Amino acid sequence: MDLINLAVKTIFIENIVLAYFLGMCSFLACSKKIETATGLGMAVICVLGLTVPFNWFIETYFLMEGAMAWTGVQALAALDLSFLNLLSFIAVIACTVQVVEMVLDRFFPKLYHSLGIFLPLITVNCAILGGSLFMVERQYTLAESAVYGVSSGAGFALAIVSIAALRKKIRYSDIPPGLQGLGMTMILTGLMSMAFMCFAGIDL
Amino acid sequence: MAIAKKVITDPLSDNNPITIQVLGICSALAVTVQMDTAFVMSLAVISVITLSNAIISAMRNLIPGKIRMIVEVTVIASLVALTDQLLRAYFFEMSRQLSIFVGLIITNCMIMGRAEAFATQNPVGPSLMDGLGNGLGYSVILLLVASGREILGSGTWYHLQVLPEAYYGNGLAVLAPGAFLILGIIIWIQRTISGNFKDD
Repeated sequence: MDLINLAVKTIFIENIVLAYFLGMCSFLACSKKIETATGLGMAVICVLGLTVPFNWFIETYFLMEGAMAWTGVQALAALDLSFLNLLSFIAVIACTVQVVEMVLDRFFPKLYHSLGIFLPLITVNCAILGGSLFMVERQYTLAESAVYGVSSGAGFALAIVSIAALRKKIRYSDIPPGLQGLGMTMILTGLMSMAFMCFAGIDL
Repeated sequence: MAIAKKVITDPLSDNNPITIQVLGICSALAVTVQMDTAFVMSLAVISVITLSNAIISAMRNLIPGKIRMIVEVTVIASLVALTDQLLRAYFFEMSRQLSIFVGLIITNCMIMGRAEAFATQNPVGPSLMDGLGNGLGYSVILLLVASGREILGSGTWYHLQVLPEAYYGNGLAVLAPGAFLILGIIIWIQRTISGNFKDD
């Protein structure tokens, strides 16, 4: 029940794009067409769902203070390597993206081609690194971090697909020249984020 | 000298990383509820982008083309880790408020973008200037958004009372939608003034 609650909270109430501003660059750049937005959303769900639990292992068994007690070596058990977490998380993310890319290319070539350039690009998507950093800051357990990873990816996908639909809808609207494109998209995102705030208070 | 001046002043308005190039918005908005967090964030971003541009440019002839992205990310990540540790050591309260957003400077597309577009092709001096200029252009927008949100949201500016005490504060400006709306309006004004109507 707690896990379902966490998932609902992460997708709707604390949406990673609309409440925490993470992944804005790709959110703005890849939301011109619904197809690309869907592809990117799927890729983000996959990668976040894999990297958050993976980074949980790294954090819990290697980086945290006293994390290496399982080695049985006194000197290692006393180490606190948490200052390395940024570097190791980004390395894990880059490797995971690479592996996901190779696996998709080998077994699901169709999906791989529809994702195209987006797979390598999400290495530098702040939503991915942000997911892992929030996992550390909020001290999730393994199950929680797996649920958190998948559902924050789902939140991103939901937001980017809906903004892509909105942008398609307003394509022929009469907007002042300075507001066209990025400006209007920011304001639409603001309105969407306001709408998502109505979910606050839902508690299962 | 003229080039150095252009490299610095260009990103402030005509080629602003946020409003024109649409880079680096990710970590920008979350820290703009108040001026002081936005200010510290700006300083962090300016120092990281200046140093990373200089370092990457100094190494540009040594880095093999195929692994250049990995090298760039490693340089940026090390600088960010350093900044994070410094903040934690000397400004602990501030680093608590900024929470994960200092770490997220690594994935700020602006820094990566400048490294890729400018530092890998230019000598150290101009790259340093370019980093500084883009960092400043980023900070200008960040501080503008933060001013708007703090004044509208709580009637203060850098904790100084600027609106009458009777002003209750507009809750919307403090919450996430306020940031999006204010940035949208700033982009509108900036593009109208500079006449740069890019269709993106």
